[in-house]
Amino acid sequence: MNHPEKAMMRRSGRLQLRNDMAAWLLLLPTLIFMLTFSIYPIMRSIYLSFFRLELGMRTPEPIGIANYQYLFHNYLFKKVMRNTGISVLLTVIPTMVIGLLFALAVNRRSRMIGLLRTAFFYPVVMPMIAAACIWKFFYMPQLGLISKTLAAFGVGEQNFLSSRSLVLPALAVVYIWKDSGYLMVFWLSGLQGIDQQLYEAAEIDGASSVRTFFSITLPLLMPTFLFVSTMALTNSLKLVDHIMVMTEGAPSNGSTTLLYYIYLNAFNNFDQGIASTLTTIMLVIMVAVTMLQYLSTDNRIHYN
Amino acid sequence: MKRRINSMLLSGFSGLVSLLWLIPLVWLCTTAFTPPEYSMHLLPHTMPSLSNFKYVLDIIPFWRYFINTVEIVILTFGIQFITVSMAAYALGAMRFRGEKIMFLLIFIQLTIPNDVLILANYKTLAAMRLTDTKLGIMLPYLGSAFGTFLVRQSFKTIPVSLSEAARIDGCSTWSIIWRIYVPCSKPAFVSMGLMSVSYHWNNYLWPMVVTSSVENRPLTVGLAIFAKSKESGTQWFYVCAATLMIIAPLVIGFFIFQRKFINSFISSGIK
Repeated sequence: MNHPEKAMMRRSGRLQLRNDMAAWLLLLPTLIFMLTFSIYPIMRSIYLSFFRLELGMRTPEPIGIANYQYLFHNYLFKKVMRNTGISVLLTVIPTMVIGLLFALAVNRRSRMIGLLRTAFFYPVVMPMIAAACIWKFFYMPQLGLISKTLAAFGVGEQNFLSSRSLVLPALAVVYIWKDSGYLMVFWLSGLQGIDQQLYEAAEIDGASSVRTFFSITLPLLMPTFLFVSTMALTNSLKLVDHIMVMTEGAPSNGSTTLLYYIYLNAFNNFDQGIASTLTTIMLVIMVAVTMLQYLSTDNRIHYN
Repeated sequence: MKRRINSMLLSGFSGLVSLLWLIPLVWLCTTAFTPPEYSMHLLPHTMPSLSNFKYVLDIIPFWRYFINTVEIVILTFGIQFITVSMAAYALGAMRFRGEKIMFLLIFIQLTIPNDVLILANYKTLAAMRLTDTKLGIMLPYLGSAFGTFLVRQSFKTIPVSLSEAARIDGCSTWSIIWRIYVPCSKPAFVSMGLMSVSYHWNNYLWPMVVTSSVENRPLTVGLAIFAKSKESGTQWFYVCAATLMIIAPLVIGFFIFQRKFINSFISSGIK
């Protein structure tokens, strides 16, 4: 290699370095915030899950996997996981189905579209706290609108928010009312991505609308389905605002879900070890949910 | 013929459901404007009155909370606007070593919502002596993975020849970002702005954990405290008035800019 070439390579190497440095300088502010408030807390939670750190302790005491063992044998933790599972089931499936029905209703030519879209979507732009305030009064025994309506149909007195069997469904209803419109918009963008010619062809072939829905619309919505389901799962897992206003976990932890339980351990019991262990468990669940979507996108159905 | 009947049935049914979905809002408005009484009504049956609002404004420091929320919302978006533009330019218009690491970080932040990490982040704030400050409420959100990704997608569509021409004219990277890339990506920033504003206007868990004084509390935390207080237990009129005041700015904004709002929420789905 002769000299001029070497010099050029050195220069291009220096240019490359300058370019890299410029890029990382631009990324620096974002990087600092992300490392401090996303990456570090993740590591810290995982780390502290192997320690005992309760109120009044100055330094964490290493205890191996004792926190996990304690939780997996703990009655309350099992109950919390059960509540979380039930509320995920009670919220994810209905919001997805109702969201899809909303999208189908809005995705037609009609004079009512404006009204429908507004009615279905406005709960999304208000805080969950506000929704919880409204529904808390709806559920009031005797005076609440729901009790009054039920009484008119001859159904007896129900105290939804203090009934062990009704509290999770009651909270799920609030969530479904608030979030179905959110999922609607993703279904809608999925529906609008479907080639209209397919529908024209189906009409020429004389296919019924039910048949068209199951043979064209639904299979082509598969990618949207995967995406919406992950979104719905994550949202449902992380929402606790309504629990805080409506029940605070009552009756006897019948409505305590995982994130609320993390909050209780961290800020009421001041047990950092257990709270970090719970956080780690929640991290694992969230990563698993995302992985599931990731793995299934590889063999998803492509018609378009 | 059958199709038309079907379609009419569908319209009728979806109309009914939409009315059902509107009940909470109708009840909220009715109740907020009805003088206190001992029963609930869905539709107004008295002359509208502002007495509930007067009571709420007397008893809770509403305007203090309101200003706090506005401050938090504006500053958060303002800073995000800067950090996001810079990061999005690096990721969308430059090629550099270590790109993949940054995308991994963004992916992690999109997967793990901030709410899950409340304890560890609270401890970080405490170490920085920033608990019970507005800055503390904002800090975890100032580097936005979502915003960076959204704006980067838009930056990628801008032809390189544009910035090359500017560079020949003597423009620095810094002015290329602010004079070419940012102005060309207005729709992406509008989407990001609407998402950011509605997120922080409505955010509750983190601000509740961080704040402990009237000076720093946002509206949502103030409302929750009021709604949970003993006095308001059966006084839904006052709670409704307070709730209506808090949701009004965004809900009215949504009624006016419906399409913009919905499109922004669609863009929130990109992962």
